[in-house]
Amino acid sequence: MMKKIIIAIHFILISQCVMAQNPAAGKSVAGVTVFSNAKIYVGNGKEINNGSLVIENGKITAVAEGDLSASYASAKKVNVGGKHIYPGIISPVNSLGLTEIEAVRTTSDFQEVGQLNSNVRALIAYNTDSEVIPTVRSNGVLITQATPEGGLISGRSSVMYLDGWNWEDALLKADDGVWLNWPSKMTNSFDFATGTRESKKNENYQTTIDELNKFFAQAKLMASENNLYDNLKLSAMNGVLKGNDRLYIQIGNDKEALDAISFCLANQIKLPVIVGAVYSETAINALKENNVPIIIPSTHRLPAKTDADVWEAYKLPFKLFSKGILVGMHYNDSYWRTRNLPFVAGNAVGHGLTKAQALSMITLNNAKILGIDKEVGTLEIGKHATFIISEGDILDMRTAKVTQAFIRGAEVSLDDKQKRLAEKYNSKYGIK
Amino acid sequence: MKRLFLFLLNLFGLGLAAYAQPTFHENGVRDKRPEYSLFKNATIHVDGKTTISNGWLLIKGDRIEKVGKDFEFPKSAQVYDLAGKHIYPGFVDVYSDYGMPEIKRTRGGNFYETQFNSQKDGAYYWNQAIKPETKAAEIFKANPKGAEDLRKIGFGAVVSHSKDGIARGNSALVSLANGKENEVLLKSDVSAHFSFEKGSSTQTYPVSLMGSVALLRQAYYDATWLKNGGSSSERNLSLEALSGSMTLPAVFHGKSILDALRADKIGKEFGQKYILKSGGDDYQRIDEIKKLNTHIIAPINFPKALDVEDPLDAESVSLTDLKHWELAPTNLGKLASNQISFSITSSDLVDKSHFFGNLQKAVAHGLDKGAALDALTNQPAKAFKIDNLVGSIKTGLIANFLISNEDIFDAKAKLLENWVQGQKFVITDLSLSAINGKYKVNIPGFTKLEITGENDKPALEFFENDTTKIKATTVRDRNFLTISYKKKEAGSYRLSGFIADKKISGEGKDPNGQTFIWSATLEEATAEKAKTDTTKKAELPKVGDLVYPFVAFGNPSIPAKQDLLIKNATIWTNESDGNITGDVLVKNGKIETVGKNLSAPGAKVVDGTGKHLTNGIIDEHSHIALFSINEVETVSSEVRQEDVVNSEDINIYRQLAGGVTTSQLLHGSADCIGGQSAIIKLKWGETAENLIIPNSPKFIKFALGENVKRGNAPQAPNRYPSTRMGVEQVFNDAFTRAIAYKKEWTNYNNQKVKTGLIAPRRDLELDALVEILDGKRNITCHSYVQSEINMLMKLADSLGFKVNTLTHILEGYKVADKMKARNINASTFSDWWAYKMEVKEAIPYNAAIMTKVGVNTAINSDDAEMARRLNQEAAKTILYGGLTEEQAWKTVTLNPAKMLHLDDRLGSIKKGKDADLVLWTDNPLSVYAKPEKTIIDGTIYFDLENESSKFKSVETEKNRIIQKLLLEKSKGTPTVRPTTRTRPSDIHCDAILEYDGVSVENLDEYLEKMNNQN
Repeated sequence: MMKKIIIAIHFILISQCVMAQNPAAGKSVAGVTVFSNAKIYVGNGKEINNGSLVIENGKITAVAEGDLSASYASAKKVNVGGKHIYPGIISPVNSLGLTEIEAVRTTSDFQEVGQLNSNVRALIAYNTDSEVIPTVRSNGVLITQATPEGGLISGRSSVMYLDGWNWEDALLKADDGVWLNWPSKMTNSFDFATGTRESKKNENYQTTIDELNKFFAQAKLMASENNLYDNLKLSAMNGVLKGNDRLYIQIGNDKEALDAISFCLANQIKLPVIVGAVYSETAINALKENNVPIIIPSTHRLPAKTDADVWEAYKLPFKLFSKGILVGMHYNDSYWRTRNLPFVAGNAVGHGLTKAQALSMITLNNAKILGIDKEVGTLEIGKHATFIISEGDILDMRTAKVTQAFIRGAEVSLDDKQKRLAEKYNSKYGIK
Repeated sequence: MKRLFLFLLNLFGLGLAAYAQPTFHENGVRDKRPEYSLFKNATIHVDGKTTISNGWLLIKGDRIEKVGKDFEFPKSAQVYDLAGKHIYPGFVDVYSDYGMPEIKRTRGGNFYETQFNSQKDGAYYWNQAIKPETKAAEIFKANPKGAEDLRKIGFGAVVSHSKDGIARGNSALVSLANGKENEVLLKSDVSAHFSFEKGSSTQTYPVSLMGSVALLRQAYYDATWLKNGGSSSERNLSLEALSGSMTLPAVFHGKSILDALRADKIGKEFGQKYILKSGGDDYQRIDEIKKLNTHIIAPINFPKALDVEDPLDAESVSLTDLKHWELAPTNLGKLASNQISFSITSSDLVDKSHFFGNLQKAVAHGLDKGAALDALTNQPAKAFKIDNLVGSIKTGLIANFLISNEDIFDAKAKLLENWVQGQKFVITDLSLSAINGKYKVNIPGFTKLEITGENDKPALEFFENDTTKIKATTVRDRNFLTISYKKKEAGSYRLSGFIADKKISGEGKDPNGQTFIWSATLEEATAEKAKTDTTKKAELPKVGDLVYPFVAFGNPSIPAKQDLLIKNATIWTNESDGNITGDVLVKNGKIETVGKNLSAPGAKVVDGTGKHLTNGIIDEHSHIALFSINEVETVSSEVRQEDVVNSEDINIYRQLAGGVTTSQLLHGSADCIGGQSAIIKLKWGETAENLIIPNSPKFIKFALGENVKRGNAPQAPNRYPSTRMGVEQVFNDAFTRAIAYKKEWTNYNNQKVKTGLIAPRRDLELDALVEILDGKRNITCHSYVQSEINMLMKLADSLGFKVNTLTHILEGYKVADKMKARNINASTFSDWWAYKMEVKEAIPYNAAIMTKVGVNTAINSDDAEMARRLNQEAAKTILYGGLTEEQAWKTVTLNPAKMLHLDDRLGSIKKGKDADLVLWTDNPLSVYAKPEKTIIDGTIYFDLENESSKFKSVETEKNRIIQKLLLEKSKGTPTVRPTTRTRPSDIHCDAILEYDGVSVENLDEYLEKMNNQN
């Protein structure tokens, strides 16, 4: 009897699993497709009010004013009816696909044990079957940088598409960079006797930097002697040291950013990227002078200090843009909230930024910073046909409604678990 | 010889002791001396207002015999002529822990291992933090070193108590004389002491400030009930002590002005007028302190100057800290000039030697000298009803008085002697002869000797000729000098010298050990330099203005309401008219007219052309402006958020800048039955009391699921419940108890004749539940999954209470029909999910589905950041689920107003409703919109027009004070490196739950993460 029940339960579980599966990956279509009657946001600031986008074999072959349908006789023709076409949104610095449920440790695959993990690679943990991925894709985010966390050197990230049968399929760029958590100048302590929290100077700050210097110096020596496979951690730094891969440095404040930039200069890091927020003239000038790009966190943050400008975070993108810094934006906090990335970029528009700049921050700029701008980031000839079609302004939740999405020319499903659940209960209540 | 001397000293000490202890047996021959001393010709400062010039003071033993002029006195009296000197009453510190045992603090309160019961042996209260049975007189142990430190700064007597726990017990008045406890203990049970801190208690409850309030209130009720004979089976020494001390002066220890206001509220409930120990910030809201009409014990320690040389570090210093540094020295003066009865305590002064310096600083910042003296003597004595013993120079009082050479508050003044209980203690020995001057010296190689420095610490320099000189190291022991110096090539010379009139002579040894004779003869004595009196400057130092609240973006005065006419805006009425273009007239804080082409002479006209006018946003689920969020008991209905509202939280202003005008401040979700909610309006600058909406409907927080069962704890918790099964039983049990309790009271209340009857015990926990049963308190229940929601609804049905609101309710879409049937409101997030197991099936279509089924649905924040953009969150209901713009907007305005039962006043733009309005630059549901004006009760609290100038003035004011600090540093004032406070102080660890999106169970991990990242 008992056994039977167990079997029955097993059966139910299996059937539920089947129901809960993600939609199949998009299939590429052979031949040419022309999307006409579209408002096209190229991503580099250019907007075409009524234009056409032509794709073939997963690549963009033409983007132009007017209806190009006539020029492609045998092409598949899609009149989008005045809808908007945007490049697929790029979400850097993210654990999407690396974790499923935040509080459940067994679903977490983004943080390895230890301080120096330059050898670990995020891409192989990227789970294309994550139920969270389709919900993020639904809002137009089509590319993510699967990024490891924790320790001093967290590991290596990879740029992934939000669609694919497996991580090999979904891969856009493997091992694009190494992630360094710059040591913090301040440490936080909690006093249980008084119940107060206080920040103190980190006494080990310089020691940790010294350790990093040593690590980089040894990696360099090792590379020059071609002892590539003796030490996995050191040889994992090769790409960064040769200037092929990026060194992403997460900083907590302006002083840390300044120290991090000096560190990169001293160690001749060719492609450094600062990740975090800086506000002071000194730090911003250091970025500018050394041509270091920055990926800033979402506008949806509280000011860092009580006395700070109330809208400090909303105003920061404009401040950095007006200084001529290459600025990208990521959705800090939570992978599952990444579907809000277009909106947090949009939030900077009321505070100085133009809509085109806000869009480029999460498309072209992110692509440039991650080194994928030859493939994606704008709707330009030769690039991947990775784009979305929406009913309105993608940056404003009031109007953003993505109706179709394409990755490398293949239309991807916009269905997700949440939509299915909504559908299920809509039909229960007989509502729409 | 030496041994004999020590022996004599010992004997002398014993003799003294025996003298005052008639009940003790004497070993030897009685040695009773004449007991009279007369002090003549002094300026006697009887108190701050009365002085007797050329006054006489006669003491007999340890008492003052007579004060006056030229009176008859016993011939046996020893006479001291104090011409030119001043006599003051010995200072009294009424907030001391002198002679009390050291308090061992433990980490206390572990979240995984709850300590439910007291670990104190004996017939005491159930909670270790309530220890009114502590009697300072019984645990007092005289401490010579401590007494000396206090005597040096003028104190003669202190009221001492053990500073440990919430109810701390009774104090004792002790003198700082030498002697056995029997002699120096002047009075026991002087005052009863209280605080909000549980101190060394290892018991987990309470973990929060509001829990401390509730625990103390319950203890008072219990004490009264037992005293009235409530139980024949329980003896409780703690409660007996508590009720026994109700007639004593009661002192409440506060760390800030907000604590003072909080304590006063408790006092009112129990007929206790607390004397309030202040945190030194009374000046920040001096009118409120004055209104309390009580005695204040103010500290004399001031914040240290901050090191702000590095501009990037200086950034991290808050305006609050900077301003407090500048204004703290004005505190005592502010108390005095506002005629507030106050005393000064040195108890918070770590280095007691700063006492007079700080006092002079306070005088320089406007403290009247007479008031200062009163605050150190008769004011504390009167407040503590010990003015028959200490506090002034009056016949019959203890002979505690000070002798100084000048007005004691002058910088050049020296405290010469401190007489305590008739015992003389020399503080500065002026009998040391002055030796400063230029001497002719007969040591070979030297022509001259110059002595400078203090009498007791002379500095010597030997002159080889007019220009070359050698510094010597010198120690003075009354009439003896020990001198050593080094000459260039040779080693050390050592001299000893005896000081005689105008001559110093003695012998010396050169580096080779050869002895020689030396002497120095005074040629020219140095005239004593008069120090400048820093306190006599007529001009007060320039300090910055106060701001309300005392935080960046505070206003120079509390904003006032005004009549407003907003013209030609798109008005989102939330009424049947929908959106209209027109005008709104605001009068006297209310909406007067909604219409077209209105005019109102005298009203401020605001052009709304192209803009949108809406109601203020109502956040149904908020935790801002609170000092604590969670208590720790499974049933914590006794705690109240209104007890811990923080009017100084910057998030109030930040949310005004996001169009929020009303917030329900909820207890966290750590407990099945949480605390009572507070509903506030974000009236930036008002006191906590004024933020709370008067007569707002009563609410309470319930919670289900992972948080209450502590499902995310790294180890199995020992607190019940740990399953959803147990959660049901917690509610079942609590309401079963509440029903019985209600019945008990109903029976009692129905008795026509109550003589001989004892009222049932007041139980604050059950009181709140009875209010729920009676429909007077509404439940807001934190809930996620459909099974538990269903459970609560069924349980409520069966026990006869109503669930008003389900908050979070992320699976509400699965039970919307059941909620609709019971008329339960829903307050949810727009799009949260996946952060824990129980939100795995949360969907952003939730709000839309519930709305369409007919459930009154709101979007809330539960987060200080998200609350700043609830308009955007509301807009997501259009994206997910297709609500209309009007429906979407109501989820953050009218719908929460309805579920808070405030829709008769709030939630729509209609004549007669509160003028809580926001003028937006764009459609409020757009990501591009920002508030241009946020208005509450007709008062503009946020104005985009002067937002940038407001921010600039924060920067300007910070810079002004930083300049001042840099000047201090250049003057050599010691500075401390600033520490960043990431939070307002006093946030308890319990506050972490939900507030940061981090549960208490994950606190360690969270802090580690913070350390690694920032």
